[in-house]
Amino acid sequence: MEVIDFLIDPLRSGIDRRALLELAMVGSLCGALGFWIVTERLAYGAESLSHGLLPGLVLAALAGAPVLLGAAGGALVAAALIALASRDARVGPDTGTAIAVTGLVGLGALLALAPEAPQRLEELLFGDPLGVTDGDLVAAALLLVLGGGALAALHRPLTAVAFDAAGAAGAGIRPGLTRLALLVLLAAAVAVAVQGLGALLVLAVLIGPPVAVRAHTGNPARAMAAGAGVAVAAAIVGIEVSFHAHSAAGASVALALCAAAALGAALRRSRRAARVRARPRSPHRVPTAQAR
Amino acid sequence: MAASYDGAPVLEDVSFEVAPGRSVCVLGPNGGGKTTLFRVLLGELEPVAGRVEVSGRPAHVAQTDRTRLDFPVTALDVATMGTLANGRWWLPPRRADRHAARTTLEHVGLADQADIRFGELSGGQRQRALLARALVQDSPVLLLDEPLSGVDPASATLIERVFGELRESGRTLLVASHDVESARSYDLVLCLNRRQLAFGDPASTLDRETLKATYGHELILLEGGRAVTVQHHEHGHAHEDER
Repeated sequence: MEVIDFLIDPLRSGIDRRALLELAMVGSLCGALGFWIVTERLAYGAESLSHGLLPGLVLAALAGAPVLLGAAGGALVAAALIALASRDARVGPDTGTAIAVTGLVGLGALLALAPEAPQRLEELLFGDPLGVTDGDLVAAALLLVLGGGALAALHRPLTAVAFDAAGAAGAGIRPGLTRLALLVLLAAAVAVAVQGLGALLVLAVLIGPPVAVRAHTGNPARAMAAGAGVAVAAAIVGIEVSFHAHSAAGASVALALCAAAALGAALRRSRRAARVRARPRSPHRVPTAQAR
Repeated sequence: MAASYDGAPVLEDVSFEVAPGRSVCVLGPNGGGKTTLFRVLLGELEPVAGRVEVSGRPAHVAQTDRTRLDFPVTALDVATMGTLANGRWWLPPRRADRHAARTTLEHVGLADQADIRFGELSGGQRQRALLARALVQDSPVLLLDEPLSGVDPASATLIERVFGELRESGRTLLVASHDVESARSYDLVLCLNRRQLAFGDPASTLDRETLKATYGHELILLEGGRAVTVQHHEHGHAHEDER
């Protein structure tokens, strides 16, 4: 009973209950969406977008506007600037993106550290799930319902394009539009999730779950469901740790997500090693090519 | 028609017309524009000059190394992707779609491998799964990108049998290939090397001059008039393609 009491202690607090609800809703969507972000190798783009929207967050804080509004505006400006900077073939897309993002983070920090700015830089960077408002919860619920619906509707085109874009085009799917829809979903998810995890830690909920379940699931739908489950579990672990150890809630959840990713990767490695050990030894070893 | 990537022209002066039910062998070296031509015909790449008209949406059989081998889909999932051509992409596949995919997998000899992951199939089995996807699509035009490259003899025989059936049923086939000798069995031959060098029946196109212009130093003419090509791949090695 003591253990159960210990575990449900955080839920007795309304603040922690709301934080958990926010993180569970955002995590369910982002954990599933993350499968496509990792599959389409968009992790760097997702990181760039989440860091680059910092000026939007700071401007919203300065103007007393909702964080979601600042995040959405910041994401739009960041996406446009990153697209513009990455088009310069002389420096290459990665370098252009890095310069644009560094510039945007620098601008955000400059604005946030101005004397007239409210002392909120820390929560904008690292999130504040314990401070979620009713509006944040509504935004998270909308993200879960609308984003989940969009992911379900896009499931077949995303699968066909990820497997073979030219073949998908032959079947009438437009790969460019499909990927654009994925980017729009990513921007919406980042704009909402940034309240709980901040501009620097939001990537954890997008990338941690798919890395954790990768190689342990048989098809995209299962990988998405398992990713959502991992994100919710990490939210529970993070809030528990934060409550009992008095640690920062956003950072605790982000670390739980990263720990899940590390655990998933380690399990994959140990399973592979076990398979190699179980293989019968042959006196005439013939090298074989295996697709991985 | 002309096509380019990021402003750099890769294919120019291409102009041909194929009647329904005809088979075309598209010959050319690596980088000669075969895949680019297919991308334009699929609508994946806009031509920078000219236009293309295809009656119906063409089905595509990619080279297996252009697909994601690490992506978690089974042979049945791949075949079912062909039903996306029916529209309704936002809904899960219907029972009839799954049935069509399973029946087609049986037709290409993959009934027992339907639930195996695509990346775990052999090269020939992968090619047959991709062929099944194109067959499920039931398109009047099929584009096949080196469909016999790297496949085992049993798969090659089966794939060639399906080609024959498709031709008999009035489908138009465009097959990209390096195999100069097998090109003689097609109705038409299109020679590309960054531009169109010849188009017509095999007897009038597969002459020494045209093949030399198409393949350059990659062509070796053997005694008796047989021709083979030596392909230079991106990683710097070469291998002889003498099927």
